[in-house]
Amino acid sequence: MSGHEIHWLALSVFIFFFALVTIMGFVASRWKSGDLSQLHEWGLGGRRFGTVITWFLIGGDFYTAYTIIAVPALVFAMGAYGFFALPYTIVVYPIVFLLMPRLWSVCHKHNYVTTADFVQGRYSHRWLALAVALTGILATMPYIALQLVGMQVVIEQMGLGGEGIVGDLPLIIAFFILALYTYSSGLRAPAMIAFVKDIMIYIVVFAAIALIPLKLGGYGHVFELAGAALAAKNDPAKGLILSGKQILPFATLALGSAMAAFMYPHTTTGVMSSASRDVVRKNAIFLPAYTILLGLIAMLGFMGLAVGISVKSPNQIVPSLFENIFPEWFVGFSFAAIAIGALVPASIMSIGAANLFTRNVWKAFINPNMSHEAESRSAKLMSLIVKVGALAFIIFLPTQFSINLQLLGGVWILQTFPAIALGLYRTKLHPQALLLGWAAGMGVGSWMAFSIGIKPVYPVVIGGDTYAIYIGLIALALNLIVSVAANGLLKLRKDYAIMDQTNATDYEAKDA
Amino acid sequence: MSTPTQQKQCFWQWLLLLPFIALLWLPFYNQQEPTLGGFPFFYWYQFLWVPITCVLLYIVYRRTK
Repeated sequence: MSGHEIHWLALSVFIFFFALVTIMGFVASRWKSGDLSQLHEWGLGGRRFGTVITWFLIGGDFYTAYTIIAVPALVFAMGAYGFFALPYTIVVYPIVFLLMPRLWSVCHKHNYVTTADFVQGRYSHRWLALAVALTGILATMPYIALQLVGMQVVIEQMGLGGEGIVGDLPLIIAFFILALYTYSSGLRAPAMIAFVKDIMIYIVVFAAIALIPLKLGGYGHVFELAGAALAAKNDPAKGLILSGKQILPFATLALGSAMAAFMYPHTTTGVMSSASRDVVRKNAIFLPAYTILLGLIAMLGFMGLAVGISVKSPNQIVPSLFENIFPEWFVGFSFAAIAIGALVPASIMSIGAANLFTRNVWKAFINPNMSHEAESRSAKLMSLIVKVGALAFIIFLPTQFSINLQLLGGVWILQTFPAIALGLYRTKLHPQALLLGWAAGMGVGSWMAFSIGIKPVYPVVIGGDTYAIYIGLIALALNLIVSVAANGLLKLRKDYAIMDQTNATDYEAKDA
Repeated sequence: MSTPTQQKQCFWQWLLLLPFIALLWLPFYNQQEPTLGGFPFFYWYQFLWVPITCVLLYIVYRRTK
């Protein structure tokens, strides 16, 4: 299946499932019904989601379509290095377990809808809240764009697409449908679709990991062939284990990504929409099931190497592999799973960004007298604008631009860690000091990334030795140093005070 | 200010450091041998830490509020 020949059976199965979730997206507005003219109803599903729904929702939102395309692509290209995604998505859960129940409790108690709302309440400093909000929006936009890349890859593989605006038409139609039901149903739409998406992905991945090694003669043989394919590239950075130089980048990328993951608006939106603190705590225990899935998805990269697939771009490895091994109807099913896998996170991301814009930019700085209805209207509209923006990114700019921006987005969002995570643990740092630290981290992090042509790790020279470290962590270290130093200086002032509207008990408060 | 229960909670939370140590210190597992079911050590060790982390989280879940 290549070129411009259209594959009707695959396409029909694909369209059937796409139509199914479209109907679900619109019906969702009546599910666990609430008054959608209220922002916490539209944007947080009324904070009513139980353990199972939250598990599907966060799982469907954190492990995105782009992940399914990009992780195997990295493994296909680099071998062991691509597996940093596994330690990343394991150590993220202790962090989630410690931080997110506190976030849930304080947000539930004070009716905060966004992390920037929390920062505003915690520090009574609207500029720091604005910094957190804008960082969140900025980091999310390219992330939404990348979900479209996931969708685009499978649409092209089915023989649709091609050059020019006409070629982008299927993508535009898919995204338009997504925008409409997100607009009308809010967070309920992706929550409902997440069920279908995750189950489909589980089926596809289990089929792949059962079928492919069977065809290739077991996992031992898959690793043998993949190892040989990597060794043929004659590059110590490409192999079944890490080269010495890759150890530090691997570890720091895993840690930095884990610390950044639940600072993003889409993941915190998932947390805040839970019905109780206990739902959040339980999910930290059960969500790692998706990490097993991710590890198996990463294995697809090795299977691609073992089969000896050649592709123009590593991003095509997963769809090409599926075409190679699955019957055509199941190819359609698996492509639908990936495309629907793009819809759920794209929808939640646009909702998270829209909530931030409405509460912490528009309401805080332009129109403080907004009614609840006006808030909800503004967020709905903003969710449309954010998505159109992401679509324009993908259609008019090279894909590499979005990939670079998303990488920078990880560095940027990590700079909100001190204000949010330390804030949740009630560390006494003055908001002005935190703002200064944030600015230092953003500035230096971006500069480092640009100076080496937008790559994730920067070679730091300490005492003659070079250490390649994830830029996000270097910037975060600087951010913390500046915050603590500036806080020390501010303390010298007589009027030093942190206006905190929250109490220690708010962070441990149970339901209602 | 911290009550005895809070101190007990803090104690159990230290368990959550284990996945960080086990997975971020690469010399522990950056090797091919021993293989398990065809998987080099580097891979099955990482997979193994998923259920271990779940169990640790469950223990801390039971011991804290």
